[in-house]
Amino acid sequence: MAILKKVKGFWLSILLSFVLFIVVQVLISGGYLNAFNTNLIVTIGINIILAVSLHLIIGITGQFSIGHAGFLAIGAYASAVMSMMLEVSFLSALLMGGIAAALVGMLIGIPSLRLKGDYLAIATLGFGEIVRIVFLNMDSVGGARGMMVTQMTTWPWVFACLLVTIIVIRNFTNSTHGRACISVREDETAADSMGINTTYYKVAAFVIGAFFAGIAGGLYAHNFYIINPSTFGFLRSFDILIFVVLGGLGSMSGSVIAAILLTLISSFLSDYSDTRMILYSIILIVTMLYRPQGLMGTKEITSFFKRKTKGGMKDANHQTTA
Amino acid sequence: MEFIQQLVNGISLGSIYALIALGYTMVYGIVKLINFAHGDVFMVGAFIGFYAITFMELSFFPALLLAMVACAIFGVLIERIAYKPLRNATRIAALITAIGVSLLIENGMIQIRGAQPEAYPNNVLPADSIDIFGVTIKSQSLMILGVSLFLMIVLQFVVHKTKIGRAMRAVSFDADAAKLMGISVNNTISATFAIGSALAGAAGVIFGTYYTKIEPLMGVMPGLKAFVAAVLGGIGIIPGAMVGGLLLGVVEGLVSASGLSLWRDAAAFVVLILILIFMPQGLFGKNRREKV
Repeated sequence: MAILKKVKGFWLSILLSFVLFIVVQVLISGGYLNAFNTNLIVTIGINIILAVSLHLIIGITGQFSIGHAGFLAIGAYASAVMSMMLEVSFLSALLMGGIAAALVGMLIGIPSLRLKGDYLAIATLGFGEIVRIVFLNMDSVGGARGMMVTQMTTWPWVFACLLVTIIVIRNFTNSTHGRACISVREDETAADSMGINTTYYKVAAFVIGAFFAGIAGGLYAHNFYIINPSTFGFLRSFDILIFVVLGGLGSMSGSVIAAILLTLISSFLSDYSDTRMILYSIILIVTMLYRPQGLMGTKEITSFFKRKTKGGMKDANHQTTA
Repeated sequence: MEFIQQLVNGISLGSIYALIALGYTMVYGIVKLINFAHGDVFMVGAFIGFYAITFMELSFFPALLLAMVACAIFGVLIERIAYKPLRNATRIAALITAIGVSLLIENGMIQIRGAQPEAYPNNVLPADSIDIFGVTIKSQSLMILGVSLFLMIVLQFVVHKTKIGRAMRAVSFDADAAKLMGISVNNTISATFAIGSALAGAAGVIFGTYYTKIEPLMGVMPGLKAFVAAVLGGIGIIPGAMVGGLLLGVVEGLVSASGLSLWRDAAAFVVLILILIFMPQGLFGKNRREKV
């Protein structure tokens, strides 16, 4: 019975998300949303994909990576090169962007085997900067001037990618592999001694997270008319990090909610970019001082709707984040 | 000769990295926190020095001292307000707070005075050039090298010969045991932040006089690279930070000399990743295995 209920909940959320899709699609095609608001919705979608993919690396596996903008940049450039220079279809360009980022994610995952905590953070930060400098110095993709890209990203594309990202990462988290990742997050040495191949799971988290960041990069590249290395600096990485941290390390719905909220806030504050960053940094400090577990802790939004059963039903991941 | 010229430039830049790296390495040695805001203290120091020289019309050394004192106070304030409540929190929470503090200082500075760069007055130090076998060495670069070395020697003296230095070493070795021996851990940590921030402030003024252009985001790159320098030398080890800083400056000088100056920033991070993979304990560190 419990399994049946779970399955029912899954299809219910799929149904709800399709209702959301149709509503937004009707609003867009009916002309109720202007270009600014349509673009805002696309940006929110891209940011959710980024937040959820980083959530897998930081929130679930506990690998503190702050170079996510590097994966975003690789996905953006790889898919832009695919669609602009090699003229493949948009779908395959997106996939190539994701695969390119995943390959680099594997490369980054390997040093991460030897690094922990702060060291991994600073190494991934360095990696993000290296990626940015490489694109800055590559004249074939426009260097500092940037690269022209045709606009192809539309709401159905964003929605499809978003849905796939959320389903894959949610199911991964709830699978045996996800449990193994959580055990790595909680205590790596203990997980190792319990026979969990920590190396494998750390690299796997990096690869999957990077893949979806690459997809988001492809969507991002084809949303505006130009991509430029300067938009992929570490401030962008920090933006994504703030989504995950504010939402709660270990809560996917938390990072989704934080991504929506913060994208809305920053788009309304886009005329005052300094104020925006001051607000962001104060949010970050105050959150860490008074609610270090973030808005949602490690809870998911679905756990609010669950009836309490006797003996206390254990949710997917109720532990603390290291 | 271009090669040696770049080497000299590299050493000058390296001594600035070394000064910032000392603060990183001391703070990391004691509270195990990457103080991301350290690079921004460097920036604040540069601006205090600038205003001291232009508006208060001080000469170089009083301005340097003023910047050091102001930065020491600033560093202690940051520690007391943002980091102290997180003493027992997770490492990641502390790291995220440090990122937040860094963003706050940068954007607060932009909010206060705008993002436009400022040109340092170039008459604060005599600008003679010394010619040695065709290599031109600006007297300024000798001066900054001298000031940096002097500050490092003073620091070495403070850490090894004074009471507060002994307390610092004790706390970094084992904070709980130090507390049992009657050392005030909080005061020692504050002192560490004060000394580290003062050195960063000094580095800011020196940077300003040497490179003449300062702006609110100038602390980001040198801050990150100083951290690389600290890791390179073995984090928590004071001589390591000095050698790491100089070495990193020289590497950058060599990269520039080989005509790849656009790749200079990348070189530092490649050095970081290589050192973390092959020698995570740094050049001067001992290898310690984690106990279960």
